[in-house]
Amino acid sequence: MNISIDTLQNEIIEEFELFDDWMDKYEHIVEMGKNLPVINTEMKTDEHLIDGCQSKVWLAARLEDGKVHFTADSDAIITKGIVSLLIRVLSNHSPAEILNTDLYMIDRIGLATHLSPTRSNGLLSMINKMKSYAKAFIH
Amino acid sequence: MKLNNKILLPDASEWERYRNDFPILKKRINGYPLVYLDNAATSQKPRQVIQTIVDYYETLNANVHRGVHTLSQISTDAFEQARIKAQAFINAESHREIIFTKGTSNAINLVAYSFSRAFLSPGDEVLVSALEHHSNIVPWQIVTKERGAHLRILPMNEKGELLIGQFSNLISDKTKIIAISHVSNSLGTVNPISELTRIARQHGIPVLIDGAQAVPHLKVDVQALDCDFYCFSGHKMLGPTGIGILFGKEEWLNKMPPFEGGGEMIQSVNYNDSTYNELPFKFEAGTPHIEGALGLATAIDYLLHIGMDSIHQREMFLYKLALNRLSDLPGFKLVGSASDKSPVLSFLIDGLHPYDVGVLLDKQGVAVRTGHHCTQPVMDFMQIPGTIRASFSFYNNEDDVLQLEAALKKAIQILS
Repeated sequence: MNISIDTLQNEIIEEFELFDDWMDKYEHIVEMGKNLPVINTEMKTDEHLIDGCQSKVWLAARLEDGKVHFTADSDAIITKGIVSLLIRVLSNHSPAEILNTDLYMIDRIGLATHLSPTRSNGLLSMINKMKSYAKAFIH
Repeated sequence: MKLNNKILLPDASEWERYRNDFPILKKRINGYPLVYLDNAATSQKPRQVIQTIVDYYETLNANVHRGVHTLSQISTDAFEQARIKAQAFINAESHREIIFTKGTSNAINLVAYSFSRAFLSPGDEVLVSALEHHSNIVPWQIVTKERGAHLRILPMNEKGELLIGQFSNLISDKTKIIAISHVSNSLGTVNPISELTRIARQHGIPVLIDGAQAVPHLKVDVQALDCDFYCFSGHKMLGPTGIGILFGKEEWLNKMPPFEGGGEMIQSVNYNDSTYNELPFKFEAGTPHIEGALGLATAIDYLLHIGMDSIHQREMFLYKLALNRLSDLPGFKLVGSASDKSPVLSFLIDGLHPYDVGVLLDKQGVAVRTGHHCTQPVMDFMQIPGTIRASFSFYNNEDDVLQLEAALKKAIQILS
């Protein structure tokens, strides 16, 4: 049985509760960035690019046995860490599950400040892009 | 006060007193004292400017240039006094040459649209430099495209200095206007404006200067610079947002059509035609940003009280101190090393993305700007995605520099 998105979110919230210092939290994000399922170089095209103002993020998705699998990369390591968090939670789930998810973990682990729609790391654009892939797989 | 290079420089305790005039600098961000080094984006405001805005609404508020009632006359007087302050601040010849705008971008757009309507024909050229902010590229791009004219670019070298030697070759009888920044916002280069205007003058071509990054730091004299237009924003020089100045020589402003229509800018209106008001009102449609103009006047008083020469020396001292401290950090690379610079420290740390560094500096209370700083062509030329930019004001101090250094060390440690 597949682990639900919310279980994965709760896991991440617990993980972050271990850190009482912002430095440890960001060190953890940087660490996760290094474990990101990296997108193939030939997929680093404009089609897969989320062009935030500051860092570049490439994000691709494929459907396998009814489950969406994401890969990504970024030129900034914190952005890589954040997108790897999203992938850890959303990858290997059905398009419907992804579309119906409320990503409450973002607020709970203190990343809400990254949600600013402009001039930020484009966290919001990443989530929108992931959901739009899921939507396309339904149709 | 100490005598230094014939300028009476305030001593440390006086600078500390000035710093205390800025309430926001007492804030703590993410548990650290705020170190505000994003002055090139906007400056903080002294309580005197804030009080001016409060006083305006508590004691003066009335629309200007219209009412016969006393309050309207008082607010009109205050508004026009602000214009005269701005005129004196940049040494313009007449108050008719001072147009209140929303800011630098708005001032450039006003000139671009109005000038091109009267003077730009198919095949003509507008010359800008490779150092420009998007605000001094895009308006010209729009109007040249509209009129079938072309945009030419004065190139720079890898230090961020304009190649002045090529200036004459880029000018021809097709060149109708030249638009260049006084100081670069992303690299801090101070451009040799007088040299450029001297050459432009020989060809009879008007020159517009984007002075947004110059007026907060340098003494600006538009007559000495001999430019035809000079644009700047209030909010970068201790004033409120939404107010700026367009200086334009009368001979040009008289020949240019209005930019926007509305109240204030007309003499008489009927359904067939309107006649326009005299300068400067011809270019000020609608109710102006009255408290903004008053706040700007207070900001000018504040700057002049300290003295632009003292401010310049203080800021360059802080800039050099920061450059000196950061230069020793592993992988530090200065971006923009022009011989004449303003207190803008743009840099990179080898192997690190500016965004990552910016996030971790913010976590430690240090506000810098990261990214392309609205100068994408400059970053493309340097072949970098952006920089980390620490820009200084006189109200910063040595502790700010040390906190920046410590925070940067920690960021490098986490990211490496």
